[in-house]
Amino acid sequence: MGHAIEVRNISKSYGNVVALDNVDLDVQRGSVMGLLGPNGAGKTTLVRILTTLLRPSSGSATVLGYDVVRHARHLRSYIGLAGQSAAVDDLLTGRENIHMAGRLYHMPKRQVQKRAQELLEQFDLVDAADRSVKGYSGGMRRRLDLAASLVANPPMIFLDEPTTGLDPRSRLELWDVIRNLVSEGTTVLLTTQYLEEADQLADEITVIDLGKVIAQGTADELKHQAGSEFIEITVRDVEDIRRAASVLENFAENNECDIDEEARKTSIMVSDGAEIMVQVVRSLDTEDIAVANMAVRQPTLDDVFLALTGRTAEEAATESEQDQN
Amino acid sequence: MNLPQAVNGWRPEPPAPSTPVKEAIGSVLYEFRWIIADTAMLTWRMLMHYRRNPEMLLSTIFGPLMFLFLFTYVFGGAIGRSTEINYIDYLLPGVLIQNNIFTVMQTGIGLADDMQKGFVDRYRSLPMARSAVIGGRVVATTTIAFFSAIWTIGIAVVIGMRFHGGFWPGLSLPFVVALFCFGFAWISALVGVSVRDTQTASSLTFFVAIPLTFLSSTFVPVETMPGWLQAFAEVNPITQVVNLSRNLAQGGPIATYALPTILWTVLFVFGIGSLATWRYKRVS
Repeated sequence: MGHAIEVRNISKSYGNVVALDNVDLDVQRGSVMGLLGPNGAGKTTLVRILTTLLRPSSGSATVLGYDVVRHARHLRSYIGLAGQSAAVDDLLTGRENIHMAGRLYHMPKRQVQKRAQELLEQFDLVDAADRSVKGYSGGMRRRLDLAASLVANPPMIFLDEPTTGLDPRSRLELWDVIRNLVSEGTTVLLTTQYLEEADQLADEITVIDLGKVIAQGTADELKHQAGSEFIEITVRDVEDIRRAASVLENFAENNECDIDEEARKTSIMVSDGAEIMVQVVRSLDTEDIAVANMAVRQPTLDDVFLALTGRTAEEAATESEQDQN
Repeated sequence: MNLPQAVNGWRPEPPAPSTPVKEAIGSVLYEFRWIIADTAMLTWRMLMHYRRNPEMLLSTIFGPLMFLFLFTYVFGGAIGRSTEINYIDYLLPGVLIQNNIFTVMQTGIGLADDMQKGFVDRYRSLPMARSAVIGGRVVATTTIAFFSAIWTIGIAVVIGMRFHGGFWPGLSLPFVVALFCFGFAWISALVGVSVRDTQTASSLTFFVAIPLTFLSSTFVPVETMPGWLQAFAEVNPITQVVNLSRNLAQGGPIATYALPTILWTVLFVFGIGSLATWRYKRVS
């Protein structure tokens, strides 16, 4: 299959500000790569370089075998970009927007008309197709933007934070659309600050922070890097929580135990959740502690981010926003 | 090189031919063909804006009406004594040029808006001709200027303006106005791609257009101004095109003013136009 994207030692700086610092990245053809990181991590800069909007300060990158600087012109015929700010024209209709994008990809008129109809159906925009975009909802605009970027059937598509600012329902709808794309063989590079989104959509995830790649792998691999599983016990009576915690502590990998009194919950990190759970249950039973709920929880990507950077994704985003201000 | 496969149906054209000479010729022809096609596409987009949002035409429609009435009936009595011909006859070409310079100043404001809204990112990731983004707006505003010129002439004739320069020169008037405005639109485009902010673009545009149009022969003969100002007013391209238009409508030497008008227009289109396109390409 080979690589759709090969990035080698790409750096980009603006004066003293380093936006990207020696980034390497390979994306398999036909796969979805999730570029995960807080606001201001450098995700958009990388996408802008790969879509020929920006020249790197150093390093090289190829997309579908084309060098992003030397073959920029040809490359543009084979890629689609849907950005953060849905780039659709308010005063045109949905169909006209797709039509315009297709013509600017230099597709023959008839092909564009056919393709526009296909996309409108696929993206559930048929009813609104001939109304001006001014009246579209946020989710509809994003879908239209995505449809316009797909008009030329590009084998490679870049989605820069496709669901930022969407309500949960529109987000789920857009996820379905993206999954369909992938099943048709399109390679997707997706940036997101939502850990769940990367987990849901991406075959592989690259975590990027402060312009550097800090981890790479499948969602499962990253979770393994974060270490372990969690055992969570909710006691029935809040009086018991201290005693339960002291029982659990003996099993914890790092001899630490989190207690959340309000939720009557206590949790530990373990290496083999299922086996230790059995022992935990026995000990709690011996101590006569009534349990309301118990669970072995896989680490989330939030845990991963915390393990990798020492801060949560949310904290990192707030920091970089402060940097910018 | 491993050529990418389209998922279905349409495939983009393969890379240009490989020998250097062929590549050069091929890419020039390729460029030219698509510059025209892409510019036409974006012109269509802008004209649709005017159609869907006719308020955009308010100042284009009522501007000349206001100026013609104001200068004919309010100032005309006083100013009119300084002109050798009927004041409305003197005034019309000036109003034509001034109002349409304002019309094409929309070019830069619109471009700044595209930049602000991230529209330009979409365009720049497409295989389209880059000059077409500016070109489309320039052609669209020029088209509006052309029709506005005809409208303005119509009003002037109704309130008493008459042609004394012959049929063909008179007929050429709106075309001359449109040609000059086409050139001037590139100045506005340069402002738009440089400031990338609609507010700044529109105030900057205003400060360029007001002095240029008033410090010229638009409303009064240049000879009535103090000497130091005359020097400026004489070389002002607006004076050249206004005088040309006036002589086309009322008779008088044409070549004297046609040559500088053409030179200025060529300079605007190719000089300022290349500068604007170059700035646009460098946007990051």
